[in-house]
Amino acid sequence: MRENVVIRTVVRLAVPFIQIFALYVIVHGASGAGGGFQGGVVFASSFILMTIAFDLAYTRRRIGSRGTMICSALGIAIFAGVGILCILYTGNFLEYGVIEAALGIPHLHGYLIDLVEAGIGITVMAVMTSIIYDMANRGGRSA
Amino acid sequence: MIEAFSELFFARYNYWMAIILMLIGLYALIAKQNLVKKIIGLNIFQTAIFLFYISVASVEGGTAPIYLPDGASAVYVNPLPHVLILTAIVVGVSITAVALSLVVRIYEEYGVIDEDELKEAVRG
Amino acid sequence: MTLIDHLPVLLVAGPIVASLLTLVAGWHDRRLCYPITLAAVLGEFAAAIVIFRQVMDGGTVRYYVGGWAPPMGIELVIDTFGGFILATIMLLALMTALYAFRSVKKEVPAEKTVSFYVIFQILLAGLIGMTITGDVFNLYVFLEISSIAAYTLISATRKPHSYVASYNYLVLGSIAAGFILLGIGNLYVATGTLNMAELAVMLPASYDLATVHAAFLFLIIGFSIKAAFFPLHLWLPDAYTESPSAVTVLIATVMAKVSVYALFRFLFSVFTMAYITESYPVTGVVLLIATIAIVAGAILAIAQDDLKRLLAYSSVSQIGYIMFAIGVANRIALEGGLLHILGHAVMKGCLFMVAGLIIYRTGTAQLSELGGIAREMPLTCAAFALAGASMIGIPPTIGFMSKYYLVLGAFEAGLWPYAAVLLVGSLLAAAYIWRFIEIAYFGGHHDEHHRTGGREGPASMLAPTIGLSLLCLLLGIFVAAPLETIGLAVAQLLGGT
Repeated sequence: MRENVVIRTVVRLAVPFIQIFALYVIVHGASGAGGGFQGGVVFASSFILMTIAFDLAYTRRRIGSRGTMICSALGIAIFAGVGILCILYTGNFLEYGVIEAALGIPHLHGYLIDLVEAGIGITVMAVMTSIIYDMANRGGRSA
Repeated sequence: MIEAFSELFFARYNYWMAIILMLIGLYALIAKQNLVKKIIGLNIFQTAIFLFYISVASVEGGTAPIYLPDGASAVYVNPLPHVLILTAIVVGVSITAVALSLVVRIYEEYGVIDEDELKEAVRG
Repeated sequence: MTLIDHLPVLLVAGPIVASLLTLVAGWHDRRLCYPITLAAVLGEFAAAIVIFRQVMDGGTVRYYVGGWAPPMGIELVIDTFGGFILATIMLLALMTALYAFRSVKKEVPAEKTVSFYVIFQILLAGLIGMTITGDVFNLYVFLEISSIAAYTLISATRKPHSYVASYNYLVLGSIAAGFILLGIGNLYVATGTLNMAELAVMLPASYDLATVHAAFLFLIIGFSIKAAFFPLHLWLPDAYTESPSAVTVLIATVMAKVSVYALFRFLFSVFTMAYITESYPVTGVVLLIATIAIVAGAILAIAQDDLKRLLAYSSVSQIGYIMFAIGVANRIALEGGLLHILGHAVMKGCLFMVAGLIIYRTGTAQLSELGGIAREMPLTCAAFALAGASMIGIPPTIGFMSKYYLVLGAFEAGLWPYAAVLLVGSLLAAAYIWRFIEIAYFGGHHDEHHRTGGREGPASMLAPTIGLSLLCLLLGIFVAAPLETIGLAVAQLLGGT
């Protein structure tokens, strides 16, 4: 793509705000409209924007293929980890209430939802970004 | 006559819109030769179903189903279909991604994205 | 609560966690992938057996995810039917996992083996989820998870044709999933619930609504596409032929069976016998199409030159037998249909494994090039002959028992001409099975040992193949054991009436 100062400057300015908004959406998931998936997609969109405005190599310096893979695994690990933690505290899968009751920390229930949402968000962000990488990379041939 | 007509179409226009969109999508899926256009048709088809769910959830005068802290009551739209469709959108995105990557591969292997030409290339 | 009580959710979460583990371990060392996968599948098989025993001893197992009871939460339910299918698919999945190692090594590019095993387990997670969920929307989600995994696995060989096969399957499969989603939406509009048990209670009040009829048609068409019920089978031959052998075994047995299972679930557990025979009589149409499927699938199979494609069309025919049970819709025929789900999974798994072994050694599945292959791979071809006999329905194999029950059911319903079609179907099956047997045993020259070097396939592939072929025989001889379970399952399915 031809260098375009306007687009690049705007993207450079917009990306931090997009990412902060994404974090806001993820954190908001427990109590209002929002959640891990939406936030993850918004976060990934910042990388997609970077890929379009600059190029693939530029984005990859920020988060590479290894990064996306670790993130996607980490996200599922958080989700499954919290779920199995609930089982260990003698509840059902993802029954947050039992941990709150066992530890006696008020509102822990909500924090655990946030944690699970964060896990989902990380995975979605990583998977979306890696999809874009593979597409932009002509089907992952030279990856 | 007119009343019956308006009862049938205008009172339930959301369903008709969903049906029309769905048929447009199905038409594109079946009749278009270009593999990418087929995927666009698939997306229209799925979006029509999403719209159907969302229109079903709406309640006249309802607001977003967010808990009001001061205990004030409000009429909420039904949040369940929204949640379901959120999941379905995720699925739709994944399917689109897989489909597009398959088209990329097909184009690399055969150099065509037209269905008829592809059939010839597969046979040849 | 002990860990046993959490087995239902661990069955779904297990493969997902294992796939994640595979991903991380494979990144470290590619050779670690297979042991992890095998261990995971073995564990899931053990869990499925434990749950199955639990269901047989203590009745239906229910699990509320997150502790939310329905209608608020998602429920996992395993009744006798679900437990039976779960045990069946996990047995086949275990056999496939054993079989996969050498087959995948040969057919899938080395740098893709990590993703192959990761997606393999996600496919399993989706299929297990479909089997044990008690929530219709949850079923849709698991259906899509398994479908997306299947689309990618089909193209795992990187052969150009497999991309086209996968693309066609994706388009048809997505239309099917869209129909299913629309049907679920209509059910929700009509009743306001998504829980299967509650739907069964609330639906009878609105059996005459057009919304419910629309939902029913969307669902039955959607699942018919997924199960490759003639004439909606067009994706099947290419998908089965082009995928790697291990994947063919898995999707031809496990995935096809789970789609049929979901159809049974909707027909008998969500809608009831009363609905499909009285409020919206479809059984006659299903019966007619099923008989056409049996004959047409078999004739198409006879016309094929490729062993895998021949077996794929045979699947179209055999799905017809299972749908025939729905068409007859009495107790005996349904018992036959359920028995055929088990029997067909075992014998078709074995046949596709044989095809995979032959491809492994000779690199081709073209019938014209396989003359005299039985002299080089005697055990492999013996397994084919045994499973083929079961496919035809020669006593005392499992294939005979299931067809026997189907014919009995048709007699009981007074459907003599249809029973005759079943026998014609068996005759046609004999024709296509015999095509390979004739070529393998009596074709070719005696000095053709250069193709395989006169060797059988690797032991890790041969063992599950022979195991499944013996199972065809054993299940037929000791048919009382599965029939007892199936009798209970059918009684539960028909319980609503």
